[in-house]
Amino acid sequence: MAKGKGAAATSKKAVRKIRILVGKPGLDGHDRGAKIIARALRDAGVEVIYTGLHQTPEMIVSAAAQEDVDGIGLSILSGAHNYLFPRILQLLREKKMGDVVLFGGGIIPDDDIPKLLKKGVDRVFTPGTPIQEIVDYVNERIRPRK
Amino acid sequence: MYDKKKLAAIAARRKKWQEEDLASNHRKSPPRLDRFSTVSDEEIDLLYTPDSLSNFDYEEDLGNPGQYPYTRGVQSTMYRGRLWTMRQFAGFGSAEDTNARFKFLLSQGQTGLSTAFHFPTLMGYDSDSPRAKGEVGMCGVAVDSLKDMEILFDGIPLDKVTTSMTINGPAAMVFAMYLAVAEKQGVPFRKVGGTIQNDILKEYIAQHSWIFPPEPSMRIITDILAYCADNVPRWNTISISGYHIREAGSTAVQELAFTIADGIAYVQAGIDAGIPVDKFAPRLSYFFNAHMDFFEEIAKYRAARRMWARIMRERFHAKDENSWKLRFHTQTAGCTLTAQQPMNNVVRVALQALSGVLGGTQSLHTNSMDETMALPTEQAVTVALRTQQIIAEESGVANTIDPLGGSFFVEQLTNEMEEKAMEYIRKIDEMGGMVAAIKQGYPQREVADAAFHFQRLVDAGKKRIVGLNAYESQEGTPIPLLKIDELVEKQQVARTREVRRRRNAKKARACLSALKEGSLTPNVNLMPLLVDAAREYVTLGEMCDTLRETMGVYTDPAMF
Repeated sequence: MAKGKGAAATSKKAVRKIRILVGKPGLDGHDRGAKIIARALRDAGVEVIYTGLHQTPEMIVSAAAQEDVDGIGLSILSGAHNYLFPRILQLLREKKMGDVVLFGGGIIPDDDIPKLLKKGVDRVFTPGTPIQEIVDYVNERIRPRK
Repeated sequence: MYDKKKLAAIAARRKKWQEEDLASNHRKSPPRLDRFSTVSDEEIDLLYTPDSLSNFDYEEDLGNPGQYPYTRGVQSTMYRGRLWTMRQFAGFGSAEDTNARFKFLLSQGQTGLSTAFHFPTLMGYDSDSPRAKGEVGMCGVAVDSLKDMEILFDGIPLDKVTTSMTINGPAAMVFAMYLAVAEKQGVPFRKVGGTIQNDILKEYIAQHSWIFPPEPSMRIITDILAYCADNVPRWNTISISGYHIREAGSTAVQELAFTIADGIAYVQAGIDAGIPVDKFAPRLSYFFNAHMDFFEEIAKYRAARRMWARIMRERFHAKDENSWKLRFHTQTAGCTLTAQQPMNNVVRVALQALSGVLGGTQSLHTNSMDETMALPTEQAVTVALRTQQIIAEESGVANTIDPLGGSFFVEQLTNEMEEKAMEYIRKIDEMGGMVAAIKQGYPQREVADAAFHFQRLVDAGKKRIVGLNAYESQEGTPIPLLKIDELVEKQQVARTREVRRRRNAKKARACLSALKEGSLTPNVNLMPLLVDAAREYVTLGEMCDTLRETMGVYTDPAMF
């Protein structure tokens, strides 16, 4: 019986699309990258929720909870990533959403990347990354959570 | 301009050449690409000849420099008289840090200042607002109150140097602080020269540093137009900006079209507010991007000048020649710079800067090679400034006016650019003007589509970018980067709180209630109230919060 239930769950899992929240934390208005990624993911069959601009960590995590997403992709240029990324991870853990995969990109100096990864960011994409690479990453790394 | 018979002969010979000579040569050496197009993906012909310009009229389409329609430049002497203003965009950390950078740049031969504010200031928040956490001084300088502005321009006489300030949502508040600094330096307002960007329509389309919804924002702008016409006559009241529209991914034509359409909206708003057009139009200026496609960019600047001249004369019936002249600042395209092989950016910037100069710009910022990774180091910004100086002093391109004028290719491209941009403007007019078009999300969608299209071309290798999808190498970043000390935030928060403690609380409160009252009364000009508030060290966040209450806030429509 347990096995049967598992099989049903698996087939349901295959039907449910991956859901990604594309977020713009902080005050910078540069959303070209975020919008391109959102479109590319949608074209690739991912369900995309875009938060829009000027989001606080609280707004992003609450939207992620409401939309029950499997991953969050953040785009940031302002240089505030060292504060904003860890703060979002902390809020996710507080909300028992630690299994939501957090990845990001933007203007992030190489030196900061290992520090962000150590804090729990899953992957950081640097400028010039082909969009297909990000789409592939999402498809390979992120699974629907239930 | 050309003899009809001669034109027909040229066209016939060209046809024959194309069918015989070219066709046989193409068999031996086929074209490199299936399709040749500009960086905006506009198709380019293999050869331009006089018959591309069969209806070309020198007087009507070009004219002499300094004369209508100004295709060849807005001044009759252009760079033989005076070179363009070299104005590097600078701002980071505290007001002290940026003041030092300003003085360094001036010592290196920069001729004007340009201020980059950090995001909290751009969005109308003080550094101690919870919204500012993590962002203080990161991407520009923190300016919360007159105190910061005094430090920023310490030792810089405001009657000698002109300052450009990239500020939009809170343009009026920052401008008020600048005027208060001038007053403290003993410089009369009529001697103060410079520019506030103050282009809110572009913010809704592309840059996204806004505070209020479109209508109240337009009211603040017409208040500035009226105030400056009477009090600060040397001030450029709006720098109508295509730069950010292009950075958000638009094509060259879209940049041109949406920017001029924004200009039309401001002129109409000024007229509707009862200000005679010739009283404010001469102080409107423009700001364009210098992107990677050399000739497309040059054509864009030339088309822009001609379009604006025609629009101001024919559509708005301006009488003063100064109202017809499109003066513009240029910045090289940040979005074309690559993090891969960053030294290559020096070459990109040089080419882009050259297109701005050949296009007749009045002022230029050259990006630094490290800007895809961080704000520029002193070394990188020096190379960028030297690039301008080399173009100006060594290359010889500044020795004659509009040296590309009459090039079959450049003139044809200029004509096409104008035609396609006018088509967009007609569409926007039909929608009821730019404010209405923005509310429908029209320019936003056009830009997002273009950005996506270009990214696809790059990913497919159809547009080649050296170091990124061609001639790649695995080397790491070989150049040093500027780091902003996290202490800046602590110190800035402390300073702003200290300013609030030390000022005359009663006077500050009175200024804020006068501002609130004024904002509720349509015929009151808000500028004098803001200058009063700035003098009393009312903070930027306090002024903006007060107006947020009465004017509302704009929220992102979040479409992609």
